[in-house]
Amino acid sequence: MAPNASCASDKLRANGFYIVTDLTNLGVKAIRDGVASGEFTAREVATGFNAAIEAAAELNTFIVTTPEKALEAADAADTARAAGKPLGKMGGVPIGMKDLFCTAGTQTTAASHILEGFVPQYESTVSANLWNAGAGMLGKLNLDQFAMGSSNETSYFGPAKSPWRKEGSNTALTAGGSSGGSSSAVAARLCPAATGTDTGGSIRQPAAVTGIVGIKPTYGRCSRWGVVAFASSLDQVGPMARSVEDCAIMLGAMAGFDPKDSTSLDMPVPDWEAALDADLKGKKVGIPREYRMEGTPQDILDSWKQGEEWLKDAGAQIVEISLPHTKYALPAYYIIAPAEASSNLARYDGVRYGLRDLPDGSGLQDMYAATRADGFGDEVKRRILIGTYVLSAGFYDAYYTQAQKIRTLVAQDFEKAWGECDVILAPTTPSAAFGLGEMQSDPLAMYLNDVFAVPASLAGLPAMNVPAGLNSDGLPLGLQIVGKPFDEQGVLNTGLAIEQRAGFTARAEKWW
Amino acid sequence: MSVDKQTVTKIASLARIKMDDAECERMVPELNNILDWVDQLGEVDTSGVEPMTAVMPMAQRLRDDVVDADPLTGGGVRDKVLANAPAAEHGFFGVPKVIE
Amino acid sequence: MSNYRIQGATGEWEVVIGLEVHAQVSSKAKLFSGANTEFGAEPNTQVSLVDAAMPGMLPVPNRECIRQAVRTGMAIEAQINAWSRFDRKNYFYADLPQGYQISQLYHPIVGEGQLLIEADPKGGIPEDKIIGIERIHVEQDAGKLMHDQHPTMSYVDLNRSGVALMEIVSMADMRSPAEAGAYVRKLRSILRYVGSCDGNMEQGSMRADVNVSVRKPGPITEEHPLGTRTETKNVNSVRFVMAVIEGEARRQVDLIEDGGTVVQETRLYDPDRNETRSMRSKEDAHDYRYFPDPDLLPIELDDAFLTECRDSLPELPDAKRARYTQQLGMNDYNAAQLTAEVETFARFETLLAETSSALGKSESDVATQVANWTLSVAPGVIKSIGDEANLEYATSAAQAAILKMVDAGEVSGGQSKEIYEIVLKTGRDPAEIAETEGLKQQSDSGAIEAEIDTILAANQDKVEQYKGGKDKLFGFFVGQTMKAMEGKANPQVVNELLKAKLD
Ligand SMILES: [Mg+2]
Ligand SMILES: [Zn+2]
Repeated sequence: MAPNASCASDKLRANGFYIVTDLTNLGVKAIRDGVASGEFTAREVATGFNAAIEAAAELNTFIVTTPEKALEAADAADTARAAGKPLGKMGGVPIGMKDLFCTAGTQTTAASHILEGFVPQYESTVSANLWNAGAGMLGKLNLDQFAMGSSNETSYFGPAKSPWRKEGSNTALTAGGSSGGSSSAVAARLCPAATGTDTGGSIRQPAAVTGIVGIKPTYGRCSRWGVVAFASSLDQVGPMARSVEDCAIMLGAMAGFDPKDSTSLDMPVPDWEAALDADLKGKKVGIPREYRMEGTPQDILDSWKQGEEWLKDAGAQIVEISLPHTKYALPAYYIIAPAEASSNLARYDGVRYGLRDLPDGSGLQDMYAATRADGFGDEVKRRILIGTYVLSAGFYDAYYTQAQKIRTLVAQDFEKAWGECDVILAPTTPSAAFGLGEMQSDPLAMYLNDVFAVPASLAGLPAMNVPAGLNSDGLPLGLQIVGKPFDEQGVLNTGLAIEQRAGFTARAEKWW
Repeated sequence: MSVDKQTVTKIASLARIKMDDAECERMVPELNNILDWVDQLGEVDTSGVEPMTAVMPMAQRLRDDVVDADPLTGGGVRDKVLANAPAAEHGFFGVPKVIE
Repeated sequence: MSNYRIQGATGEWEVVIGLEVHAQVSSKAKLFSGANTEFGAEPNTQVSLVDAAMPGMLPVPNRECIRQAVRTGMAIEAQINAWSRFDRKNYFYADLPQGYQISQLYHPIVGEGQLLIEADPKGGIPEDKIIGIERIHVEQDAGKLMHDQHPTMSYVDLNRSGVALMEIVSMADMRSPAEAGAYVRKLRSILRYVGSCDGNMEQGSMRADVNVSVRKPGPITEEHPLGTRTETKNVNSVRFVMAVIEGEARRQVDLIEDGGTVVQETRLYDPDRNETRSMRSKEDAHDYRYFPDPDLLPIELDDAFLTECRDSLPELPDAKRARYTQQLGMNDYNAAQLTAEVETFARFETLLAETSSALGKSESDVATQVANWTLSVAPGVIKSIGDEANLEYATSAAQAAILKMVDAGEVSGGQSKEIYEIVLKTGRDPAEIAETEGLKQQSDSGAIEAEIDTILAANQDKVEQYKGGKDKLFGFFVGQTMKAMEGKANPQVVNELLKAKLD
């Protein structure tokens, strides 16, 4: 039997801390611990978030909501607790699932028309890990189509909007991309945490522009099995939440060796949560000279400098380092990622699942061309065409091979840097959130959003965003921490040190 | 390097994305913009540099030769395989008739 | 050198042939998934989510498929690449769910090797010839399309999709249909020895892409290069391979001599009409956009793996043939016959061992006898009784028992066939058959001597003539003795006794 709901609420009121709807203010750890201790029930939590989501349709964060799934998992947690059974790492915590993860029985679209109506008959490894850890699903979160984009504007279902607005403005802002539904939902308290995926910054950039925490672990730490592929050699999944600790907890539930993924890391998952430690005495933090790019706004540079000071305060030593090939990382990425994507997306052909467009009297190849023309959005098509071109006969070496060589050089830059520092501090994005529609006409300008994020992706390194403060417009700015391979702990600890000093408690005022 | 309309038409056909003349035309400057930008990679002297093959220094793991060892990667799941098919008949996927 | 030539209006033409053989790797599960590979299942029942290329599915290679490719490479004395990698070959077709085939272009697992085809002067191969093998790579098979089940649709069955294939690519070293036929037969034999492919061409376990070009005879030089080749896909028997080469060479010669040029293209063989036709036009030439599969890592083979592969290789056809002639004293023909097929040598070697121990003689002492029995006597008996033969009774124990009686002089060659016939029909014990069916020959010199004495006494005149130098009469006495013994006397004993009495 679940503990009596009204009892729990009464107790909360009695303590003077919460009223029921305010449970949505809680993060992963607070919910998990509160459910475990009986302070409130998982059902109350899920109910609160379900209601918050329903009231936030304006934000367009969810493609599909699954309130019943959230309640089902919540009841399971409450029942387990009542039976005296231990709860999982994420026991009683409802979360949002980026709609790039295949979820058995629930439509999975990658925000593309071509997968509209597709209902997977299998569960991705990472989502399965989360359910096994006691989490429940609130719904499938909006994203850039096939995770291609930095503003969520390439979604077939329309962009998720940021809960944030510039002071004194009603202009809709981007929640970033591609995990824009995730960032918006977490920032707006529609869920305590969400999954994200990061190919060239798709966790970090949306986290930065919405003032939340997001970590992309080392490539291979989380299984890619069951996650709709964008660029296989770069795709990594990770958690997005409002605190470093919550990210540590959730990453611990998501990560792990998966024999079904050839690129999965076969190594134990450390207890990141337990080893969190903001004391950075003896640690060296590298400041990469090349990230001080021409045209970077002053507020970004200021926040970066502030980050340095905080880390010094935490005991770390600041060292200047050089990552000489930084400039080439983004163009190399825009060869490698489209090349892989052009091939990964070949399976969407209207034969086995998803959209089929069969004009009268057309043959097989016409069906492919019509289906893909109708099913893919413009940005996806653009990248498929680029990828097809750079792999085509006569161009492969000049583009693809050269880009992979540069990728080697970028990775070597980091390797050398690790001789001088333990983690690297950099801005996450070159600007705060921009207005929806502002950059759509210029794909290249949009790509530049990921200029600071992409190098770590190319090298497969763990990297996270942690909120650093607000700019003069009242919009969040984030700092990025990049770590050595497998050293998520070092990244999280550095993030924690910043988090403690930044004291980022700002939240978007509710307008939706 | 840059592309012209004819090249775009060829790439679109290779990628099996139906695009009419106007769409191909419109795509030319968009692609060239991106290609011009990535061309800066040519500046980098990469002689003697190995192209990256594995981002983490690992070799391929190999699986044991066991049928249906894991139900998630095994056979015997025709219903699941056909569940989302736009045209499934008699246990097959149906496609417009292919004339060889 | 092959002297095979096509006669054209402008003189003789040489045919240049290269073969790409696709051989299905013998493995229980597919190359990148756990689905079953067995032949003949209901459509789409042996398809995993991975094989159907569902979103988010990933490949993990099957060790056995890698191992079998490596063992095959070792069997053709090829370079084994301890570092190899899978690439994607991108194209769209309904039998290719991923939109790409995972194959190996840039770094195949097996590099250059070679294969010997034996001289067969009557079959058009004047002398032994080494055929170069360029590479063996591992790749996925495609699914199957059925076109005749529905008026407007083709049906797709993915059961074969993802089954492991070895593509064995020869050099353009063959110069006649006979050489190509011998190459395919020899390759098939090696694959079956190694156990890496069942070689079943009817079920599609082995099929060849046949590359043919023609040129005027003479050394290949810059001024006198190879002609333009065509590739005829998926030819599934040795006979068809040879037919394709003949037909395609003829077509090309006629085309050139009529002032045309050969187009590099893919062709399809129609066995019913015994002709090839073009599959795709040149304008349609594929651009496969090969690149390393980012879902997979490089395959690195360690010493332990390679050692196991090498140690697990059986004695191969060439080595076995040499041993049969050199150590077992067998003639070339028998050795070639016995080593061609796995089943044949397996049966032979089992019987050889059994016979050798039954007779208490070395294998080389009984090899010729066992070889003759295996290649001619036993098949003759089986053929003569047809359906009445129950091959379950054809045990090596029974056959060794018969050979033992022959060796001991207890039964004659003729009797051995009769005994074996009864064995195959009834499964009865050979010694018991010999006894109860009166199929034993008389070696008792007492009984034979008595008959000889009677015959000599009755034919004193002929004895005198013989002693007078008419040697031919010896046969007469043998015949008389055998007749008196109702054919059951051991001829050797008869000879010896007659010689002693007459000389
Ligand atoms: Mg071929
Ligand atoms: Zn092939």
